Amino acid sequence: MINSGDTAWLLGATALVLFMTLPGLALFYGGLVRSRNVLSVLMQCFAIAAVVSIVWVLAGYSLAFSDGGSAQAWIGGLSKALLAGITADSITGTIPESVFAMFQLTFAIITPALVVGAFAERMRFAAMLIFSTLWLLLVYLPVAHWVWGGGWLAQMKFLDFAGGSVVHINAGVAALVAALVIGKRRGFPSQAMTPHNLPAAVTGAGMLWVGWFGFNAGSALAANGSAGMAMLATHTAAAAGCVAWMAQEWLRFGKPSVLGIVTGMVAGLGTITPASGYVGPGGALVIGLLAGTVCFWATQYVKRRLVIDDSLDVFPVHGVGGIMGTLLTGVFGAAALGGIGHPDGRTIAAQLAVQLIGTVATVVWSGGMTWLLLKVTALVCDLRVTAEEENEGLDLVLHEERGYNITS
Amino acid sequence: MKLITAIIKPFRLDDVRNALSEVGVNGMTVTEVKGFGRQRGHTELYRGAEYVVDFLPKSKVEVAVSDDLVERVIEAITTAARTGKVGDGKIFVTDLHQSLRIRTGETGDNAL
Repeated sequence: MINSGDTAWLLGATALVLFMTLPGLALFYGGLVRSRNVLSVLMQCFAIAAVVSIVWVLAGYSLAFSDGGSAQAWIGGLSKALLAGITADSITGTIPESVFAMFQLTFAIITPALVVGAFAERMRFAAMLIFSTLWLLLVYLPVAHWVWGGGWLAQMKFLDFAGGSVVHINAGVAALVAALVIGKRRGFPSQAMTPHNLPAAVTGAGMLWVGWFGFNAGSALAANGSAGMAMLATHTAAAAGCVAWMAQEWLRFGKPSVLGIVTGMVAGLGTITPASGYVGPGGALVIGLLAGTVCFWATQYVKRRLVIDDSLDVFPVHGVGGIMGTLLTGVFGAAALGGIGHPDGRTIAAQLAVQLIGTVATVVWSGGMTWLLLKVTALVCDLRVTAEEENEGLDLVLHEERGYNITS
Repeated sequence: MKLITAIIKPFRLDDVRNALSEVGVNGMTVTEVKGFGRQRGHTELYRGAEYVVDFLPKSKVEVAVSDDLVERVIEAITTAARTGKVGDGKIFVTDLHQSLRIRTGETGDNAL
């Protein structure tokens, strides 16, 4: 039976999550790169949204969410390819299946879009398209199926409310591998590569905070108390992430920055994502504070110590945050710590073990497959632009456009 | 004729413009530039990536004046632009061989 309240909320939540990518993430990432590359980032976000949407309709939704028969533990089947059989009357739970498919699509869009941050300012557009499409098919869809489509992790009652593993660990680990395979930007780290438009980046970040209510509270797939608590937990963690990162930065570097506070927000949001429907506000507060702190130090470590050019810090924020959040779900989801209580009355230790299995599986699958897919893509075309092209900027070289024509 | 080029701190631009007006110079060209002499730069920090930025924003004011105005113009600019702190800038005076008003074709001092 369709519940109109649930349906109305999910229709809205779907719009919110797409808004997170377009233009939330687009502006956030766009503002952080140099002006000569701003359009390349916007283009990548839009292109991924378009291509993923088509792939989703053709086969993606089916592979993630339909019954795979004998392969059901690993991947779905093609019974719903081209969304066959889905009509205006089809139902998933208490909402139309069309709405469910749309809502899930917005997650499938933002996950490869997140990875873009790792190879910003140097990857060829064609290579990015090929890689992202393959990555969606062979990394995102399987993991989504394992966790949400009735696959082996779902069967183990691995908890991931809104995508700690499916979205954040997946994208974060892929970003780290991509940054390592594609290599540093020319001039990194000695040459200054400062964000060209922080007001745009902060605008995008604001859209992410608001949109995340659709991401997490929408994942309740209902307009009910679970959605309400998920929104509360999400918001609390975002705020705590802001404060924690700001404090760390103030202590460590002497001044709090606006880039820092919004990054802390993203860290808090990414980390609470898997836990959002399972923990209470107290747990969310702790998770957010940990996110702002741990992800801050992870960013310093990856950037300054390991000198890896994960240009927009996707791994230390989403990867580390996603891993931490997925594990902490096993802790703060427990009734004793204000959560809703673990499945089958499991102890914290027992649920934590399941969370760890899911985390490791996602890390290994995403990391290994990302490496492989980049190598496969490189057989078809160069992954990187040339040194001269990189210097001139991707906007002119790849798109023959200029982001800002201020003098005219 | 001389071309007087003054590199000044941007926030002194209005004062310099007014001071020039008072000595009878009402035309000028202003460009936003960056540079440094003895003034130290600053550091910028973006998610832990720290950069020392040597270049400081400055304004470049160029005025073409007849020889008899040169001393008064230098004095006007200097007084208006000086703060007493490092980074106040510099004035360069170069010979101007030719000048022409495009609209009327007037040359020399009549073009200034």
